[in-house]
Amino acid sequence: MNKQLLNVKNALYAGVILTAVGFSACNSNSGHEGTQDSTETATTDKNALLGAGSTFVYPLFSKQFSEYNKATGLKVNYQSIGSGGGILQLTNKTVDFGDSDAPLNEEQTKKIGVDVLHIPMCSGAVVLSYNLPEVKTALKLTPALLSDIFLGKIKTWKDPKIAAANTGVNLPDMPIVIAHRSDGSGTTNIFTTYLTKVSPEWTSKVGAGSSINWPAGLGGKGNEGVAGLIKQTPGAIGYIELAYAMQNKMPFASIQNKSGKFIAASVASTSAASNIKLPADSKVSLSNTDAADGYPISGFTWAIIYKEQNYNNRTAEKSEALLKLLWWNIHEGQKFCETLHYAPLSPAAISVAETILKSATFGGKAILK
Amino acid sequence: MRQKDPGLQVKYEMLFSRTLVITALLILILVIGLFLTLLLESLPSIQHLGFGFLFGKTWDPVSNVYGAYPFLVGTLLTSFLALIISIPFSMAIAIFLGEYQPTGALSAFLKNIIELIAAVPSVIYGFWGLIVLVPLVRSLESKIGVVPYGIGIFTASIILAIMIIPYAASLGREMISMVPAQLKEGAYSLGATRYEVIKAVIIPYTKSGLFAGILLSLGRALGETMAVTMVIGNSSIIPTNIFAPGNTMASVIANEFTEADRSLYLSALIELGMLLFLVTVVINVIGKRIIKGFNT
Repeated sequence: MNKQLLNVKNALYAGVILTAVGFSACNSNSGHEGTQDSTETATTDKNALLGAGSTFVYPLFSKQFSEYNKATGLKVNYQSIGSGGGILQLTNKTVDFGDSDAPLNEEQTKKIGVDVLHIPMCSGAVVLSYNLPEVKTALKLTPALLSDIFLGKIKTWKDPKIAAANTGVNLPDMPIVIAHRSDGSGTTNIFTTYLTKVSPEWTSKVGAGSSINWPAGLGGKGNEGVAGLIKQTPGAIGYIELAYAMQNKMPFASIQNKSGKFIAASVASTSAASNIKLPADSKVSLSNTDAADGYPISGFTWAIIYKEQNYNNRTAEKSEALLKLLWWNIHEGQKFCETLHYAPLSPAAISVAETILKSATFGGKAILK
Repeated sequence: MRQKDPGLQVKYEMLFSRTLVITALLILILVIGLFLTLLLESLPSIQHLGFGFLFGKTWDPVSNVYGAYPFLVGTLLTSFLALIISIPFSMAIAIFLGEYQPTGALSAFLKNIIELIAAVPSVIYGFWGLIVLVPLVRSLESKIGVVPYGIGIFTASIILAIMIIPYAASLGREMISMVPAQLKEGAYSLGATRYEVIKAVIIPYTKSGLFAGILLSLGRALGETMAVTMVIGNSSIIPTNIFAPGNTMASVIANEFTEADRSLYLSALIELGMLLFLVTVVINVIGKRIIKGFNT
């Protein structure tokens, strides 16, 4: 009897020690589990590159990488786990490149420690879709209207301020139901960054980010969640990606840009938005663009790589393969954008991207000549 | 056949009992480990926000302010509302299948259907809710004069209620069918009607089991994520009535975890997970106490 008790005790101790060991092990390399393994596979297989990040760019990347594979035999495995996740994977060095819809924030930059390059891949627009069955022509919205609607200050479609921008349109006497993304998203980031640029009140009360504290409205998960809310709720308005709106034939509003023109979102007007003088690191929000024909609510998605490619025992060949892939993406790869409703890079953006790619080094030497 | 060697026999017995103990302990370790992980990962948030996390009414990732109160309210409101809606149905099913129709084809069919309700993936309930239930609730809302969103706490509670019915119903049916026949026959022989037998014999005899079933379904409601996320409206504003949109702890975690790009933000989400864990534990402990009270 006593012996059995002793055994139970022993087993208990063993268990506790096991847990303790397990935890300390977890802590010492939290977030790095499996890091070694996947880098190993990533480096040993010469003909494969690993990427992770933005879900927004995923359909385009799948197409581009499959075409690139046909042309060169290089296999690229891209996991669409979200921009934040992609940056984390790159920080942990488990992938060869990340992709994010927003540049690294301060904390992420500090965590990654060394210089990284942001290379614009394409741009995408965010459109305001609505459910107003009586309104046949595209609704016109000014920046002030948008911020007032999303702040919850304009509550009905009959509001004289909306009517002033839409003369001749018979607006229904319906309450406005706002639909927004409930999940953290680059789309939300682009839209709220735009609102902070055009409205001081939005800046002070709400701000910009991939998840924010919405003053009003309903949240839906993903583009399809928001689109579902809009389609179902009469009087609803919400923001979704241009590609999603076009594929699902949803109506969307023309937005007044900085030059005062009402611009309907399209692949062309989104490309036009990035045809401006860009900073050398390309880390800029395209929203509220200076371009006269540019649609005002859009943004780049960036591939992110380490500037110095000689880390974790990577080979020079691998770095070269990565750089060549990205070079192809911003040139030949751009022709796949339009059919998928992404906006190709403008000439200005391509030339900036070229300079950035050329600045990548391996052991201090430029990789691309 | 092996020869019966008493020494070997004892060894096997020992080995067997030790395996049992270790397996059972592993589960315990897992649960403790789960809690410790949550605790460790949420330490930055606990240190930074303190009790403000629990009572804060704003969840604002932009300015790094995290208050879980709206989601705590949302979770408890949807779960208990779902429980209230589901109890009449689950109890009726339990009594019908346990007492009125314990055997036969109809009973077997119903039993299978009830079990099927539990087996349907929650995302399907979410879809159904979005497509069928939301328009119904919206027309109800426009009739009673509240803002006709269609989605919100009330819709989420109805979906949850349907999802949790099988848990209380199955356990209840099992308990009711196990009431000794002598007890019931005794009551009948004294002239009791069927309703009186149920009220005076079956319910008192099985109440701890019925309550355990209800507790089980409450546990399910607290943690349900997908279906709720799809119909609750995901608003961080504290709901003012049951038709308003709201949010639950599980929904917030599912929605925001992938793009939480600052360590405090991530930590606050994990603390939210820990809070959900604790709420479930507390409710379970209280429930167990009540069951104990029934039995003594």
